[in-house]
Amino acid sequence: MADVLVLIDHTAGLVSRAASELITAARALGPVHAVAVVRAGEADAPRAMAAQFGASKLSVIEAVDGHPITPSVDALASIAQASAPAAILITSGAKGKEIAGRLAVRLGSGLLTDVIDVAQDFSATQSIFGGSTVVHSKVTHGAPIITVRPNACEPVASESTPEIVDVTVAHTSSGVTVTSRQAPVKGGRPELTEASIIVSGGRGTNGDFSPVESLADALGAAVGASRAATDAGWYPHSNQVGQTGKTVSPQLYVACGISGAIQHRAGMQTSKTIVAINKDADAPIFELADFGVVGDLFNVVPQAAAGVLARKS
Amino acid sequence: MKFLVCVKQVPDSWAEKKLGADSRLDRAGVDAVLNDLDEYAIEEALRICENSGGNGEGGEHSITLLSMGPDRATEAIRKGLSMGADNAILISDEALAGSDALATSLVLAKAIESSGANIVLCGTESTDARMSVVPAMLAERLGWPQLTFAGELKIDAGANKVTIKRMTDEGIEEMEASLPCVVSVIEKINEPRYPSFKGIMAAKKKTIETRSLADVGVSTDQVGSASSWSAVVDSALRPPRSAGIKVVDEGNGGNELVSFLADKKIV
Repeated sequence: MADVLVLIDHTAGLVSRAASELITAARALGPVHAVAVVRAGEADAPRAMAAQFGASKLSVIEAVDGHPITPSVDALASIAQASAPAAILITSGAKGKEIAGRLAVRLGSGLLTDVIDVAQDFSATQSIFGGSTVVHSKVTHGAPIITVRPNACEPVASESTPEIVDVTVAHTSSGVTVTSRQAPVKGGRPELTEASIIVSGGRGTNGDFSPVESLADALGAAVGASRAATDAGWYPHSNQVGQTGKTVSPQLYVACGISGAIQHRAGMQTSKTIVAINKDADAPIFELADFGVVGDLFNVVPQAAAGVLARKS
Repeated sequence: MKFLVCVKQVPDSWAEKKLGADSRLDRAGVDAVLNDLDEYAIEEALRICENSGGNGEGGEHSITLLSMGPDRATEAIRKGLSMGADNAILISDEALAGSDALATSLVLAKAIESSGANIVLCGTESTDARMSVVPAMLAERLGWPQLTFAGELKIDAGANKVTIKRMTDEGIEEMEASLPCVVSVIEKINEPRYPSFKGIMAAKKKTIETRSLADVGVSTDQVGSASSWSAVVDSALRPPRSAGIKVVDEGNGGNELVSFLADKKIV
């Protein structure tokens, strides 16, 4: 049975939960050949994750070029050309999709992105148009290159001792020099795309996100924002949920002062449970909310935050 | 400098979208507009030119829009021209219908190679397909440095140096490369202008050159749905969500919300 190549996603040696999900999903499809592309000193966590989640083989490749994308393309292309894998799985994010795109060109392989499930025959499920349509697609040329969204499955550990596979990588030069790196500013809140709970604010906040943030912190949630809020400069673009922002699918989505235009719904309507707070009883967000409160978010949200904290203590 | 900005006509991102019987996006019933995210790339090119000798007649630089799409994509392109780009190339050919990102990047790369462009600017993704792979694919095909997800862009033409701040969930990376290169820009980089009346009038006189696949040098069997390396097996509309409980806050709405979450065992 041919291997399934899995690129272990990490930022400066910190592995993501999405990487453990990806190895878990890949185990069901064939023996997993995990690949980690690292800079000096970053190998430990990817190596440990490959063993914890049951990879059969592991290749750790030191990047000789500072570019965020091309060293991973070089590594995966060299391994794929040498070993003819059944498929190549990569985490779907800004970086993963760029790696996958270049790799598809280089290998002459078909590409599917933003996949939420991969079947035994490597056909893939995608949720498109903001979750309104479910599509099954298949790669018809070359080893399928598939990027899988975070939160697509639950990571399940399965200890293994991966065989270390040394590979010769045909390194290319990106022509790019990286002159400085700054780690993302972590506010102590979970990543938007990986969070199991998200509390979002929109126009109704009038620029004051403090109640939204308080409820998020009470719930251990990430903070999202509608396009109206990010366009107004009330919250960073990186937190935007919607058609032109991030697509999320958490267990619980709380929309505070968000009317629920299609632009926003497209990014969150596949959330498992949706709660909405809005002054306007006719706001379209209530059409998809499992629980809606018609009222002023500045009264409702702080009361909810206090209620959540009271239950915890 | 010759700037080339890749643009796409897409269905309005505020409208409902669905698949047609051919498993392709049904574009007929939806307003077609210039992809929102491409406006940031056009704006950035305009700002760079305005700060260093101008574009258009008498200017030191030129800004060409490059698009692939049906003939009616000229409507979206016209908006970019009314913002201030100088001219446009539209690659339009019946054989292109149903092309995937791989074919799209092939066609665009061929057109870029023969354009004499020094720099290619793109938005990070189109709001219809949302794959966010074409800029990286262009860099791969052209063999040009890839400077993508730029939240800041500086060009020093004299020193032949382009510097960006790549801003993603991975943090901020300052990167530099020489020209020619491929750059994609994020929404944070600027605030695109609205076309002025003068700009709209001027755009009516600007040239949109339509080219066929043969003009670009790509054969018809390299593109289109038949040559796509992936295929839709089937698709289905997800059943719409139905509204659940709705309460009116009479001073206890927050607590009722918490009770709902507790019933769901979320808190």
